[in-house]
Amino acid sequence: MPQILVEGISKTFRVAERNPGFLGAFGGLFHRRHRSIDALRDVSFSIDEGELVGYIGPNGAGKSTTIKILSGILVPSSGRCEVDGRVPWKERREHVASIGVVFGQRTQLWWDLPVIESYDLLRDIYRVPHSRYEHTRDELIEMLDLGSLLDIPVRQLSLGQRVRCDIAAALLHEPSILFLDEPTIGLDAVSQLSVRAFIKQLSRDHKVTVLLTTHNLDDIEALCDRILVLSDGQLLMDGSIAELRDRYGDGRYVAVELESFAAVAPEHEERIVERSDSHILFSVASDVPKFIDDVLSNYPVKDLLVTHPPIERVVATMYQAERIEH
Amino acid sequence: MIAAIRLFGRLMMIAIRSQMQYRNAFLLMVLGTFLTSMVQAIGIWALFDRFGNLGVWSVAHVAFLYGTINIVFATVDITARGFDTFGSSLIRTGQFDRVLVRPASPVILVAAREVALHKLGQLLQGILVLIYAFVTLDIDWTIGRIALYVFAVSSMYAFFYAIQIVRATMSFWTIETLEILNTISHGGMETAQYPMSIYKESFTNFFTYVVPLACVAYFPMVGVLNMPDPLGSTLLTQSLAPLAGYVFFAVCLSFWIFGMKRYQSTGS
Repeated sequence: MPQILVEGISKTFRVAERNPGFLGAFGGLFHRRHRSIDALRDVSFSIDEGELVGYIGPNGAGKSTTIKILSGILVPSSGRCEVDGRVPWKERREHVASIGVVFGQRTQLWWDLPVIESYDLLRDIYRVPHSRYEHTRDELIEMLDLGSLLDIPVRQLSLGQRVRCDIAAALLHEPSILFLDEPTIGLDAVSQLSVRAFIKQLSRDHKVTVLLTTHNLDDIEALCDRILVLSDGQLLMDGSIAELRDRYGDGRYVAVELESFAAVAPEHEERIVERSDSHILFSVASDVPKFIDDVLSNYPVKDLLVTHPPIERVVATMYQAERIEH
Repeated sequence: MIAAIRLFGRLMMIAIRSQMQYRNAFLLMVLGTFLTSMVQAIGIWALFDRFGNLGVWSVAHVAFLYGTINIVFATVDITARGFDTFGSSLIRTGQFDRVLVRPASPVILVAAREVALHKLGQLLQGILVLIYAFVTLDIDWTIGRIALYVFAVSSMYAFFYAIQIVRATMSFWTIETLEILNTISHGGMETAQYPMSIYKESFTNFFTYVVPLACVAYFPMVGVLNMPDPLGSTLLTQSLAPLAGYVFFAVCLSFWIFGMKRYQSTGS
């Protein structure tokens, strides 16, 4: 029996629409039109204990809705869902005591309190025995290097510091499952690395099951053996990152900054994704080193950066391909 | 249950401490609410001074009712702040999701989230008015009267708290605060500051049978003060009337639970 089981989950929201302007708002008091939005359509997957799974997809794909259902916040319109043998929204309290949730953009800490006091409060909310709490807390403080932050009120922390404190807060009650919703959003490179290193360690040494939603493909590449790709409420892929790239996004983006404006040869022209003055972004499908050689020898290059295509593009390619297949 | 109460206390202490970090703003606001409510009390006293008594109700009798109501209402304002700002600070921002992933009662987590300490000014005004009434009236405090007074005060607290819960519950449906409910909370408070017998019958009936304001305030206070009641209540009905406050609270709490279920099936 897998730890997380999702079978044929759908979620439809009814959204009230109203006409713009004052009259529209007034009319909305008497008569409302509703529009249905299918946030999730027949999504199924299962996750075993100790897995570290990436959950990706463009904005509005339904990632957060899935996390909310798995956390017991939302009830799906149809389908079956069990976590540790419990239906999250039916046994909400028992369920949430054994999971940790981090919403990257919102803090779970008390804004005006020093970090350490938020932790003490969470101990009371989760009813963690004192000795156990102190041990876990000290371990987390060490792993995330929080020692110097503990006495600072949360409102004075930088985003990177706050996210690290938030992650520790989600783990004080030693949950066996951790949901991370965009944990690296808005973080600088150094903070991203330290958050990633921590998640890896957590998964490897503590066997915590992690479901990670992110827009950041680097997160996924550094951490996840397995990814779930969601688009428009449907699960498009369940497999490894290599599989995703092989099938839909093999290739690199090469961003070039030129010393001065220069015309581009036609064989390179067709690879341009975006151009503004001296900045050019190329999409290169294969033999990247040769392409870079060409560019360096033909143009006055000031700077050059090779990246993965953004996840949105990989998924868009994938989505198109899947639509054609269907 | 005991753990829940302890948690509530801890969260409340934290909320108080958070607010104390802005001490000067806090002191100014306390002074502000004290002065505004004092001006109102003096206005009422001036009216009595000019026009005399309200039937058998002297200014001290009214002060007894008025002071009690104000103390309770201010206490509710202070302690139900989490519900008061529920729509704007929890629903609109999506922070309520965070509340739902805690293994504790959402009612406790919401209630203890914030404290409106600046309403201490209004509380102070209520206490001063009540002291005046106590000194002037010379009530014969039998055990029965004390019990009825405590019963009535607690039920008044439940009543006004319940209205805050209803207001918060509406946020599950609409993000606009429903000002119409203020006519029951603030309007109710102002209504209950005077003896019910001065109002029209339809009005009195509404505040007895639909929204049981008279049951938690006027009727038991008539019993405590041993006043004649033109509305025809007896000591027995006066003593039982506060039960309506608890029933009202229970009904409003089920409405909250219903709203929470709906939130879980629709999202915000």
